Amino acid sequence: MSIELLIQTFVNCIQLSSFYALLAIGLSLVFGVAGIANLAHGEFYMLGAYAVWWFSTLSGLNYIVSLLLAMVLVGGLGIIVEKAIFKPLRGNVLSVAIISVGLLFILQVLVGQIWGLGFPKRVDDPIGGSMNIHGIFFGYQRIIIMSASVLLLSLLWLFLHRTKQGRAIRASAQDSEAAALQGISANSASTIAMGIGSALTGAAGALMAPISAVHPYMGHMPLLIALIVVIVGGAGNLKGTVLTAILLGFLFTIITTFADAVSANIASVLFMVVLLAIRPGGLAQNGE
Amino acid sequence: MGNNSTRIILGLAALITLLVLLPFIFSRYYLDLSIVFLINLILAVSFRLITTTGDFSLAHVPLMGMGAYTGALMTKNLGLPFLITLPLAGLVATMVGLVMLYPLIRMKEFAFFIGSYAIGEALRLSWIRLSIFGGHRGISNIASPTISIPGLFTTDFSEVVPYYFLTLVVTVVCLLCMYLLDRSRITEIFKAIHDEPELVKSVGVNITGYRVLAFEVGTFFAGIAGVLSAHHMGHIDPHQFELTTGLYLLIWIVVGGYATFLGPIIGVTFFAIFGEWMRVFGAWMPLVYGCILVTALLFLPDGLESLPKRLSFLFKKTGAGAKS
Repeated sequence: MSIELLIQTFVNCIQLSSFYALLAIGLSLVFGVAGIANLAHGEFYMLGAYAVWWFSTLSGLNYIVSLLLAMVLVGGLGIIVEKAIFKPLRGNVLSVAIISVGLLFILQVLVGQIWGLGFPKRVDDPIGGSMNIHGIFFGYQRIIIMSASVLLLSLLWLFLHRTKQGRAIRASAQDSEAAALQGISANSASTIAMGIGSALTGAAGALMAPISAVHPYMGHMPLLIALIVVIVGGAGNLKGTVLTAILLGFLFTIITTFADAVSANIASVLFMVVLLAIRPGGLAQNGE
Repeated sequence: MGNNSTRIILGLAALITLLVLLPFIFSRYYLDLSIVFLINLILAVSFRLITTTGDFSLAHVPLMGMGAYTGALMTKNLGLPFLITLPLAGLVATMVGLVMLYPLIRMKEFAFFIGSYAIGEALRLSWIRLSIFGGHRGISNIASPTISIPGLFTTDFSEVVPYYFLTLVVTVVCLLCMYLLDRSRITEIFKAIHDEPELVKSVGVNITGYRVLAFEVGTFFAGIAGVLSAHHMGHIDPHQFELTTGLYLLIWIVVGGYATFLGPIIGVTFFAIFGEWMRVFGAWMPLVYGCILVTALLFLPDGLESLPKRLSFLFKKTGAGAKS
């Protein structure tokens, strides 16, 4: 095995990990703050990809502008959905999860019927190509994904730790009753978390769109990945989510490189099951 | 209570009579659908059996698939007769379920829900990966079952009408077993584990043991449903047992209700009848399913089975209002 392959694998690991972290953080945030286990998470990701296809490829807008529009759109949808169907069932995690299954089917069919099932949509690469440093390839879109993920996650960290609203959301996640006694509205915390979480998920979809096939059922695998990261990393736990995303990104890339993708999926799932069996509360059990 | 159970038995007797008469009324197409309906009945009722302890298992459909694969492989490669493969496939599914439970039983409620999805998915992916299960393409040309008792008779079930009756008999036996279990003390304990876990623990009930029991019995019947389905379709592949199938199963149960034995039966019947009507929606079908699920959870959280009680309650309330 050459040293180039090792370094290339390492680079791929880092890239995948950063994408996983961005993908999972939205689910983690709403689950932690509002107890909403949104199984339509993969469909929000899919909508982000469709939005960027609509804005940049069909309407010819700038990629960055399309990305921001996609975030606003999916975030707005998240807020509407939270108010309309999740709020009446809040407190019952399983019921919320089941009702989100209905949402999953509704979104899949709507997108499939509006834009057609046929061939997957192609989203134009904003830059395209890759750069080659001593035989190691860095795809430009992957570099964009990596830097955007780091940027968005840092912004989220700043918001959660440095602003009053963010602190209120964290308080709500830790103990909603005690937070309510301090005058923090569980309703608004839940709405804000859902809005931000959905926007970040939409961003993940929009970033991945140029290098993946965009079709109505593309949310299946991202949902599984996000669930694994959230359950293992602890809901609402930024640090745990990032840590688990890194672990999972490395596990997945290494097994895909040296075996195949199906085995990598099996290993990821078993990774979660084994961790859940050993530590039912997740990897980072107490606090942040 | 006695009055209630006679009513249920009478209702079931009427239903079975109707089901026996079906082949003389229905065309081949509807008979095919009826076979699927019966298989779905076993699947939904066994799923509801597991939920009595509070465990919603998304591994139910992959475990049904395990039964289907076992039945198909034993028929194709070993040439075993149907009467042996049927219970054996159920047992294999039970064994696989037991292995799954080793990590799963440590999880509860939502964690169990997600954990069962993950581990069921691992099982399903292993069929794609391992060549004995035929990879993506699965197993084709599964022979239709024959039952023969040497020296007495041999019956071939390749035609749709005999196969319908075979499925009907197996379904009735399975539902009867699960009904008897539902009437027994054991189900009271299952329900108590869900409602009052601390109380149940304090009187010395082995909670883990009973949860394993409920899961394993349910899995056995899921395996049997799998064998029936494999012979009916003549072909199985990993995509039949995807998450989506499990989510449809969940929708039947939630819309029908899962508090009593009748709930899943009502749910499956509702979707069997309305599914036929909804065929005009074509590709929009899942959206209609989704809307029904959302509406049911928001406005009828205990499912269709609670509808009569709710209506009579409403009627009483308005009646009382009129009096005063």
